[in-house]
Amino acid sequence: MNHTVNALETNSVIKTYPSDSGTIYAVEDVSLRVAAGEFVALVGPSGSGKTTMLSMLAALLRPSSGQILLDGQDLAKLNDFERVAMRREKIGFTFQANNLVPYLSAVENVEMMLRLNKRLDKTGKLRARELLARLGLAERMHNLPSQMSGGQQQRVAIARALIHNPSLVLADEPTASLDTERAYQVVETFASLIHEQNRAGIMVTHDLRMCEYVDRVLVMQDGKLVREYVSRDEITLLARGGRQATQDIPMGMSLSAPA
Amino acid sequence: MNNLFQISGYLAVKEIWRNRGRFLLISLVIALITLLVLFIAALGEGLGNGNREYISKLDAQFIVYQAKSDLLIPASRLGVDRVDAIRDVVGVADAGMLGTSGATMVLADDEKPLKVALLGIQPGHTGEPKVVDGLQLGTGLTDEVLIDRNTALRSGLEIGDTVSLRTTQGTEEEIFNLQVVGVTDGQQYSLQPSIFVSFDTWDNIRPKSEAEKNFANPVANVVLVKLTDPEQADVVRQALTSQVENIDVATLTEAIQALPGYSAQQSTLNTQGAFTLIIGLLVIGGFFQIQILQKVAQIGVLKAIGTANPIVAAATILQIVVVTFIGVAIGGLMAFLFSLSFPPTVPIVFNGTTSAVAVIALLLIGPLGGLVSIRYAVRIEPLKALGLSS
Repeated sequence: MNHTVNALETNSVIKTYPSDSGTIYAVEDVSLRVAAGEFVALVGPSGSGKTTMLSMLAALLRPSSGQILLDGQDLAKLNDFERVAMRREKIGFTFQANNLVPYLSAVENVEMMLRLNKRLDKTGKLRARELLARLGLAERMHNLPSQMSGGQQQRVAIARALIHNPSLVLADEPTASLDTERAYQVVETFASLIHEQNRAGIMVTHDLRMCEYVDRVLVMQDGKLVREYVSRDEITLLARGGRQATQDIPMGMSLSAPA
Repeated sequence: MNNLFQISGYLAVKEIWRNRGRFLLISLVIALITLLVLFIAALGEGLGNGNREYISKLDAQFIVYQAKSDLLIPASRLGVDRVDAIRDVVGVADAGMLGTSGATMVLADDEKPLKVALLGIQPGHTGEPKVVDGLQLGTGLTDEVLIDRNTALRSGLEIGDTVSLRTTQGTEEEIFNLQVVGVTDGQQYSLQPSIFVSFDTWDNIRPKSEAEKNFANPVANVVLVKLTDPEQADVVRQALTSQVENIDVATLTEAIQALPGYSAQQSTLNTQGAFTLIIGLLVIGGFFQIQILQKVAQIGVLKAIGTANPIVAAATILQIVVVTFIGVAIGGLMAFLFSLSFPPTVPIVFNGTTSAVAVIALLLIGPLGGLVSIRYAVRIEPLKALGLSS
């Protein structure tokens, strides 16, 4: 796969927290680039800083220093109001759990993004239905989240994350509450939609098997990006349990999208 | 701004509709609080009205009492000479004597006797209520009587009927028969329905001690004063107190406040009403606070996907307003339906102004009670709500 336009670029991003024993570096000097149409997995052990990194990419958390450029705009320099607008317009997000608004049906949850962006017209409604149908939820459109399985809810969340044509789609452990078969289905669909719609996608996961469908794997450890897997063979090997993610890692590298 | 109201309205209505059982429950609690507040207000109005109705409807500006009678009508004694002196004061258009006492109205054999306020007035002078049906009283010592609407309702008497009044004369009870010539609107006095007779008739039939029986000079309790120009009330008041000896002058408002037990009764009921509103405030506030606590993750998701704080706040306010409005509407309807079933003896009066004030207060306690939860909703951090914070 050939990606040329960087939708997302981070430069020397640092996130620190004060503690009794001094400053804790949750994310330390992370620079990465993700191109439009590229699906990247961010993996690493618990506490490696991947969720903090994802929160900063989602404009939910400000970095202590560094740049996060989304379509050329630095998220670190936006005020609260602008960050809300950025999340609404340019970012799609799926979470581990509690993804959906419980009193809105599947289609209403998806349409919510269009409502927020003042784009809920006939075309938008049709697109929401088509996207849900594409995700195998044609019969579940008017069901409430409580009437759907975890996998179905995740697929609705994926539709919601994509419906407003965001530049960046983020997924935080999207398969955490799913069985293996459903997890594979969800990530495969997610990946194919990101590729089709030419979005930049980042998935945080601790389950290496889910890397099967991504274009690149970035490994974090102790707040730093420590390794990048680019070749299909390496990624497949990683996903099938052939090697540890943090094995043979060169330190201090800066990772970017392959040209 | 338009989008704000559209989205917040959409979210608020959807949530209420999809959780209608839960929201209806709190609406019903608000309805019961509304019912209680409205009934307390109506009871206050009814009891107050029963005490003050005749006085508050008087076409007079002042009530003149015997000096040092503490503005207590039964304790005041004013002779006929005082009325003449009062009428001579410049600025006084008219003055009428008022004698008050009680009497028992003897009804048909199978009915309980009715206790009424027996009021002696001077026909054609201030103090005589206008009839809504029939004729005004004739002058002099007659056997004519006016009954107020409450007396008519409770006794079933009509114009032309004969009223039998039982009073104590010395040590014996006597029956006086009078003819109903007119019916006035509600004119309760001292929490009793009223009947009006000419002052001389009143003096003849009012309960008397043995000593009073042969007393020749009738004595009124108070004198009701109507002014030529009510704007000059202060000047005339001064003139009255300086030119007529041994009197106290009170406005109608002062006279009402001085009615025995009136202020204490009203303040008790007002306090009850206020406390009920405070309870309502806490109930609504508590409900929405608990609801917001249950919705932290959901609000976190909404904020994470780009829902602005004003939308979250407006949706919460709208929900509170809708739920409160439905509750108050149900409560108001229940109060109205209940009121239809009350007999006229129950002192409950749904006065428009009092009820409107209660309803507005009830509608305000919703948003007020919900302020804390709105503040909480606005302060929810999506990062923490979604468990993404380190």
